[in-house]
Amino acid sequence: MRFSGRFALVVMSAAALAAGGRASAETVVKIGAALSMTGPAAVYGASQKAGIQAGVDEVNRSGMLKNVKLVAVFEDDGSTKEQGIAVFQKFINKDKVAAIIGPTLSNTATAADPLAQAAKVPVVAISNTAPKGITDIGDYIWRVALTEAQVITPALKRMHARLAFKKAAVLYGNDDAFTQAGYNVMKGALEGLGIPIVGTQTFAKPDRDYNAQLTALKALGPDILMVSALAENAAGIVAQARQLGWQVTIWGGNGFNSPAFIKNAGPASEGVYAGTAWYKPSAEPVNQAFLKVMAARGVDPDQFCAQAYTGVLAIAEAIKLSGMKGGRDDIRAGFLKVKNLPTPVGTFSFNKDRDGDHTPTLQQVKGGKFQIVP
Amino acid sequence: MGQQVINGLFLGSIYALFALGYTLVFGVLDILNLAHAAVFMLASFVALALVGGAHLPILAALPLAAVVAGLIGLLLDRVAFRPLRARADSNISGLISSLALATVFEAVALQVWGPNVSRFPLGTVPEGRPIPLLGAEVSRLQLVTVGVAVLLFVSLTWLVRSTRLGRELRAVAESPRAARILGVDVDRAIAAAFFISSALGGAAGVLFGLAYNAIAPDMGRSVELKGLAVIILGGMGSMPGAVLAGFALGLFEVFVVATFGASWRDAVSFAALFLVLVLRPRGLLGAAALREA
Repeated sequence: MRFSGRFALVVMSAAALAAGGRASAETVVKIGAALSMTGPAAVYGASQKAGIQAGVDEVNRSGMLKNVKLVAVFEDDGSTKEQGIAVFQKFINKDKVAAIIGPTLSNTATAADPLAQAAKVPVVAISNTAPKGITDIGDYIWRVALTEAQVITPALKRMHARLAFKKAAVLYGNDDAFTQAGYNVMKGALEGLGIPIVGTQTFAKPDRDYNAQLTALKALGPDILMVSALAENAAGIVAQARQLGWQVTIWGGNGFNSPAFIKNAGPASEGVYAGTAWYKPSAEPVNQAFLKVMAARGVDPDQFCAQAYTGVLAIAEAIKLSGMKGGRDDIRAGFLKVKNLPTPVGTFSFNKDRDGDHTPTLQQVKGGKFQIVP
Repeated sequence: MGQQVINGLFLGSIYALFALGYTLVFGVLDILNLAHAAVFMLASFVALALVGGAHLPILAALPLAAVVAGLIGLLLDRVAFRPLRARADSNISGLISSLALATVFEAVALQVWGPNVSRFPLGTVPEGRPIPLLGAEVSRLQLVTVGVAVLLFVSLTWLVRSTRLGRELRAVAESPRAARILGVDVDRAIAAAFFISSALGGAAGVLFGLAYNAIAPDMGRSVELKGLAVIILGGMGSMPGAVLAGFALGLFEVFVVATFGASWRDAVSFAALFLVLVLRPRGLLGAAALREA
């Protein structure tokens, strides 16, 4: 038995070698994708996975990388720091990936990205929007997502020009790096506009009841409620605010940009505003092509899907710019040269802080869908 | 102010319902069933399947889901507790095996329904205008939830005080061996307690899902510890105590959030729990009323 087992192994490896030999001209570049498939950020993870797979397939199909073939390896970071670290270790040491996309949450990134920095593996953050603590980890950490500050500050200014609100209340999740960062940015943006914050309340990710916070804020009579929350909390907050009979204007942070928010909040989501990094109806050919690709896969893409796709395009471009070489340092060197790359989220460049740079938009829920506010 | 009282009573009624079933096996039989929160979650998903998939009205789905939860309770007893009952340390080993089963239940839910938060279809509870009461707005759902909590509490008290099963349960609580000698089928009595306890936990889960529109495999975690706190606060094994403590904790939490902010909620709530235990170690209604009744 033992012998035959070993024999089978030999035969199999020979077969594998032969198979590999036939495609000898092909170099495989592995990209590890650490995404939240479970836990509070699971709504984003599924969308991102679809975007990355589509991006990889499209790049391979287009032949832009000649003999380089991209392969995505997916792992679940469980929306936690601990699991995120474990996944990064697997990618770096076991899968020996050339680059890592993810993790989904800024919170996880603050813990896992330093491992990649130490191992000199380039990371592309596709949804980490905390302004601080991500790309400043080191020169191997790059990001295609816009930070909360890049989205919220200009969008809120536009919103104030439209609605001229005078008093704001803020509700935010204080146990998550992303929602906390969103709060800091909202606070700064409101101060910049000279709008007083009449009340601030917090909640934690596992919370499902926000009635007490909302009732307390309602009593203070603000004319805009700013919420920094992940989609799952966001839906509950908006639904409960409307159940309390509170018709205040609601503004959501980046966490609201998910079809799951509208689905779970139902009609309560009507009229809610949010800033976004991706202008879905954009007529740019690359965006229209992206929409077509996703439609063919039966996926209704959201901002997270578009950013995930953009992350793959950025890696592919970096490989191309470093002469079709897909090593860890080749990709990092390539990132330095990525300029004005056409992507679904817009004409994309990395700025000097390795953060993504393109123009954000303001949107509002109308008829069960996010529509662009001109 | 009036609105915050309503918010507190509403939250409290869910804590009370959850704790009521919890205390039946924990307080009365001295068995800590750590899978209670998982049953709470499963029942919510079952009701969702009945309403969303089979298009049953919620009034039919709620009792059905509670019965399914009761059956899961029987399974729990059979798998996690009964095989260990003869052992000397059966309470601790049962605690561990129920924790294992809770993990299994959560994993099953994760596989079947996925990690995303689901909600009951819109219009599951007919939306009427909120009813004005004491200058606050009360929704029908809130009234029904508080009503169901009180109704189930009254029926359970009646069951334990005045029926044969109730007498058997109290006898088992006192001493399983003595009860057996007196001709009580101990295994059957405990199984019945598990059925009732899990059905109550299931009902709480369905109402929670309806109230907050957030059904997810990890939804039990937000009430798990609170339920335990409520049992201890109310006085071990005291069902009126559990209900009182449930409402008290709900109201207290809401007022902490309104005055100090949500960051302080759990800290202040558990500090109050600690204080009550120091000053009154037997809990609010801590005469262990059931055992002496």
